[in-house]
Amino acid sequence: MKAVPDTESKIAIAGDKKNIDFNGVRIITSPFDEFAIEEALKLKEKNGGETTVFSVGGAEATDVLRDSLARGIDSAVHISDEEFASLDPLSTAKVLAAALKDGGYDAIFCGQQGVGGDNSQVPAMLAELLNMAQATIIVKLEIDGTKFKAEREIEGAHEFVEGSLPAVFSTQKGLNEPRYPSIKGVMAARRKEIAVKNAEALGVKGQFAADSRKIKVKEMTLPKERPVGRKLDGDADTQVKQLVELLRTEARVI
Amino acid sequence: MAEGILVFIEQRQGKIRKASLEALSEAYKQSSAAGGNVTALIVGKDVKSIAGTLPKYHPAKVLVVDGGDFENYSTDAYANALAEGVKAVSPKYVFAANTSMAKDLIPRVAARLDAPCVSDVTDFEVEGGNLLAKRPQFSGKAYTVFEFNSPVAFMTLRPNVFAVQESSNNVNCPVEDLAVSAADIKAKVVETHAASGNKIELSEASIVVSGGRGIKGPENWPVLQSLCDELGAALGASRAVVDAGWIDHQHQVGQTGKTVSPQLYIACGISGAIQHLAGMNSSKVIVAINNNPDAEIFKHATYGIVGDCLEVVQKLTDEIKKMHANN
Repeated sequence: MKAVPDTESKIAIAGDKKNIDFNGVRIITSPFDEFAIEEALKLKEKNGGETTVFSVGGAEATDVLRDSLARGIDSAVHISDEEFASLDPLSTAKVLAAALKDGGYDAIFCGQQGVGGDNSQVPAMLAELLNMAQATIIVKLEIDGTKFKAEREIEGAHEFVEGSLPAVFSTQKGLNEPRYPSIKGVMAARRKEIAVKNAEALGVKGQFAADSRKIKVKEMTLPKERPVGRKLDGDADTQVKQLVELLRTEARVI
Repeated sequence: MAEGILVFIEQRQGKIRKASLEALSEAYKQSSAAGGNVTALIVGKDVKSIAGTLPKYHPAKVLVVDGGDFENYSTDAYANALAEGVKAVSPKYVFAANTSMAKDLIPRVAARLDAPCVSDVTDFEVEGGNLLAKRPQFSGKAYTVFEFNSPVAFMTLRPNVFAVQESSNNVNCPVEDLAVSAADIKAKVVETHAASGNKIELSEASIVVSGGRGIKGPENWPVLQSLCDELGAALGASRAVVDAGWIDHQHQVGQTGKTVSPQLYIACGISGAIQHLAGMNSSKVIVAINNNPDAEIFKHATYGIVGDCLEVVQKLTDEIKKMHANN
């Protein structure tokens, strides 16, 4: 799971121009992660087993982990260390792989992208680092014993992928209808303990020091404002005629 | 010392994706600044003849991985092919179009080679002979410039942002085979079904016509579809109408849908929620048609029409029909 700014947030750039300013920004579970939680819960309801949620991040990740617990996930692991601040996707995948390397699970579900960073990289990287099969950006999943069949939306078509568990799945809208946490779930989640793992516990201390990063943010800026547009005047017929003329001769796009 | 740019060329059923040609053209443009040559890599079965169409985009060399194991896309076989291609060429940068195949493939290969990756690049900067990648983040509410500290770095380029530049002259370059085994296949594509819906892929269409709540109901999609047909446009939709079940999710434009950058985006009855703007605010020209003069979408539109969107779309379709008839 990833804790991300609410998609309705207004974004400001931090003073060092390397990140956004998180002050006053509401933090939510990345919307694509909700499909991952739901799919894990559905699988558990059908086949039994246990579900564990992981999140790499600072204090903000705690609320997201509690949200997952409230929806019915059994246990939560907060991967947190000062060395893990502002990790790039490959480093995030390495940290998760360190936490998951001992196995003991059949499937890993991740949202297909964390909104905000919008990278869509960690799930496939994690699958590679754990040497597992992957099916990314899936809209349907069937599991039969240790076999899976997943449906992916691709450009102008749907693709069906078959493979064996354990595997990494990245979840897309359409896969399921995420449930809301129940009041009872929220109460129970408050009492649950969240395990915390730092770089030392994961055996990766010093690996993600700032000067060893392979990718760095040079600068973050706000987008250029679009030039102010114009509303067309007159009745519908006049407006439409004017629009076609502008698209043809001024904008030259038709 | 690694140098040059390797471009992964995506093909399905023997058809090269236009966005891959954009990536190849951009690689050629940037290679003069970044140093080194451009190599194109194409993977598939019986793709030699289409590989022969690539020299006109100015690569110094085309590499072909050809064989039965590569007939359909599978993560593992294609990851082997691209990883071997990178080892053979030793490029400083690897480019690919940001498509559903690339989202599956490129991060996997980057992780295998312990290399960083930046997705959905929309611009480049050059500094001291190095390429810096610029891309929108936070749904286009911020732009980030990334620099690399790695012998090789991967980048995926947003479709429809970079221009295809092909040579009109007869250009030639070596087209060579690269032998790759497809060993260790953990998952594979067993079938592909064509989707009903857009004939033109949303993310690659040069014109997109999208509908929101203002179209009043799913029975009115044909009104928008007629305009699409007249313009050769793809049909898009807002999250509100997808969530309401008026149309399939594959049409959704926005933060939890597709990102589009067409030349012309026509928003019909769409209020302009921030999640929707995220998916289309890099469009060149935006036309907004909405009956609410205070709708947020008008702040982002190049041209705005306040009015009933169904009536306006019908008139617009007729007017464009007339224009086509006169030409």
